[in-house]
Amino acid sequence: MADQTVPLGNSLGAAYPSSGTFLEWLHSWVVTVDHKKLGILYIAYGLFFLLVAGAEAMVIRYQLAFPNNHFVSPEAYNQIFTMHGTTMVFLAGMPIIFGLANYMVPLMIGARDMAFPRLNAFSFWLTAFGGLLLYFSFIGGFGLYGMGNAPDAGWFAYAPLTGSAFSPGHSMDYWALALIVAGFGTLGTAINIVATTLSMRCRGMTLTRMPLFVWLMLIVSAMTLLTITPLTAAQVMLLLDRYLGAHFFDAQAGGAPMLWIHFFWIFGHPEVYVLVLPAFAIANEVIPVFSRKAIFGYPAMVAASAGIGFVSFTVWAHHMFTVGMSWVGNTFFVLSTMVVGIFTGIKIFNWIATMWGGSIVFATPMLFCIAFVFQMLLAGLTGIMLSVAPWDWQLHNSYFLIAHFHYVLVGVIVIAIFAAFYYWYPKATGRMLSERLGKWHFWLFVIGFHVTFDTMHFVGILGMPRSIYTYQADRGWNTLNLVISLGAFLQGIAVAIFVWNLIYSYFRGQEAGSDPWDAWTLEWATPSPPPAYNFATEPEVRSRRPLWDLKHPSDPDWKYEA
Amino acid sequence: MSTAPIFADEEWRLPSRGKVAMLSLITGECGIFSIFVAAYLYYIGRSISGPTPRILEAPIFNTVCLLSSSLTIWLAEREIERGRMRAFGAWWGITILLGLIFIAGTALEWHTLIFHDGLTIHTNLFGTTFYSLVGLHATHVIVGLIGLSIIMIFTLLGRVNRSHAERIQVFSLYWHFVDAVWVVVFTVVYVVGR
Repeated sequence: MADQTVPLGNSLGAAYPSSGTFLEWLHSWVVTVDHKKLGILYIAYGLFFLLVAGAEAMVIRYQLAFPNNHFVSPEAYNQIFTMHGTTMVFLAGMPIIFGLANYMVPLMIGARDMAFPRLNAFSFWLTAFGGLLLYFSFIGGFGLYGMGNAPDAGWFAYAPLTGSAFSPGHSMDYWALALIVAGFGTLGTAINIVATTLSMRCRGMTLTRMPLFVWLMLIVSAMTLLTITPLTAAQVMLLLDRYLGAHFFDAQAGGAPMLWIHFFWIFGHPEVYVLVLPAFAIANEVIPVFSRKAIFGYPAMVAASAGIGFVSFTVWAHHMFTVGMSWVGNTFFVLSTMVVGIFTGIKIFNWIATMWGGSIVFATPMLFCIAFVFQMLLAGLTGIMLSVAPWDWQLHNSYFLIAHFHYVLVGVIVIAIFAAFYYWYPKATGRMLSERLGKWHFWLFVIGFHVTFDTMHFVGILGMPRSIYTYQADRGWNTLNLVISLGAFLQGIAVAIFVWNLIYSYFRGQEAGSDPWDAWTLEWATPSPPPAYNFATEPEVRSRRPLWDLKHPSDPDWKYEA
Repeated sequence: MSTAPIFADEEWRLPSRGKVAMLSLITGECGIFSIFVAAYLYYIGRSISGPTPRILEAPIFNTVCLLSSSLTIWLAEREIERGRMRAFGAWWGITILLGLIFIAGTALEWHTLIFHDGLTIHTNLFGTTFYSLVGLHATHVIVGLIGLSIIMIFTLLGRVNRSHAERIQVFSLYWHFVDAVWVVVFTVVYVVGR
């Protein structure tokens, strides 16, 4: 596949001249404003915290593998599941996604950098120090009363548990401050991506020709502007309560803890789509390339993504059916939640139609994307089940719910991120990831995933609630929990293989060349890794598949695109 | 459909990145303000003790000053586009003055509320929501005043010229937002909430 040469002027020498001492190398990474280096920093940072939060998940699963287990204390267990959730969402998911956007968006639209390179660096370091602050709580959170430690009130930090009466010490202060700092970083990056996609496109890259990845990242970033800020506002209120004696969430002074739940999910639900739309974005790039066909239904994909973006702001209270709302509220949020299923349905049909009749190449990125489509369907179906209020009354905060959202977060988002790694690693490093290790990684992870999370649905239906540190032996959950934990360890092994693949292939991987997958978007028109200036001459684009046009001058796409 | 869509001499225009970024930031700010406004509206009349919003007096003069500053900054934008730097500096200075009057008015109002009416953020839900919402806006005014002052210093040093017109417009967007959001805060706190 990789024998095509692309006639786009770009041969001005090596990408990163590897000279200088270790300190010079380190300095170049710390002071960099290059979107590619910042993208890699974001991804490396996110990957590190993915492993940390993954290790926390392993502790949780070992604790729950057997009834009456005493592997960790109840206090430590609360801290670990709180930190697992907070870390996965804010320190692993968001950085990896924004790292990918950072790296890919300028390349895909033919720009030389982001709109604001220094803001980009500033945002990354804010996010990075936010994460360090959160984890410093493990050693620095002892506070005034000697009772504080890591945050332990769940990643949603429901009031009044977070009030100073119930969370003395500084655990919740670390949680709120760290996420406010990281949130400002996220906001800066989101602004940067919006400005880049709207104002930095190369000649001819009209909005209707932008790669779908860029389109979805634009939608995600626009959503982020209105998603992160409500959380920041609510956390400022929490800090006012804790430090200045305000009464926002203080029931004794007439305050309403329920207001926190509303504010949190006004952030929390769109956040799920902020995380999942990038997974769709990755699939939109990988599936056509490995099906050897242009994406099916480009305008429908854009419209469905924008539709999800809008609807996601009107569904938050489906996390709150058990709080007790009026029937009007329940009905509205049931119906608005079901509407999301229409948009994701459109997408699933489009991905299948893209594969239909294509000559599919079963390379590792494509394997992950096929699993992605399959698991997206299942995750969507359990989502429809939980959107029905009476069903939710029965199963809310049981392991059925945990299984549902892990189906989305792991089965859809993490799987798609793996696909992105296998697909774009050659571009970022110049070397292919090992296909042999990749297949091991894929099969072990997918099998482990299904063993864990399919089983988790059943233990939820049998009544096991979330956030409990142990359970009694006579509940009938013993075997199922052991199976869940074994599947989790299988996933752990698969991730270890993946990390080994990243390291091994960096030194020993096969040379990639500029375009190993015979793809069609602009990032493959530069050398791998791309030089600091990306493109020696500004590209001009006439269709959605600019590289196809260059490779097939006699049969270019722009003849057929409306 | 066989016409090549882009020709070498065809003009390729994109929106200003500064304006796009500032509008994005304003969108984000709207998220923050709407949460504080929602909290204010939700807690109207729910205080179980202490002073009520009846003690408030609508700051009409302050409001007139702040809203006028939107007009003066717009006049400043117009002058810099035409390259008339002295007129620009004059309107810019008046904008700062109007902003300072507003923030001084807020300070006096708070002084009265704290020392005369005994209302603090700790007193009751009214105090909590009032100081946080009005304080959030006042914080934005202060940030705006710092930005305005920095630009004023550079103008007095003669470093600002016509080529900076777009950047001035981008910054002015922020100031217009601070003024516009005051209309919302004013309506919620002094009209609806009283």
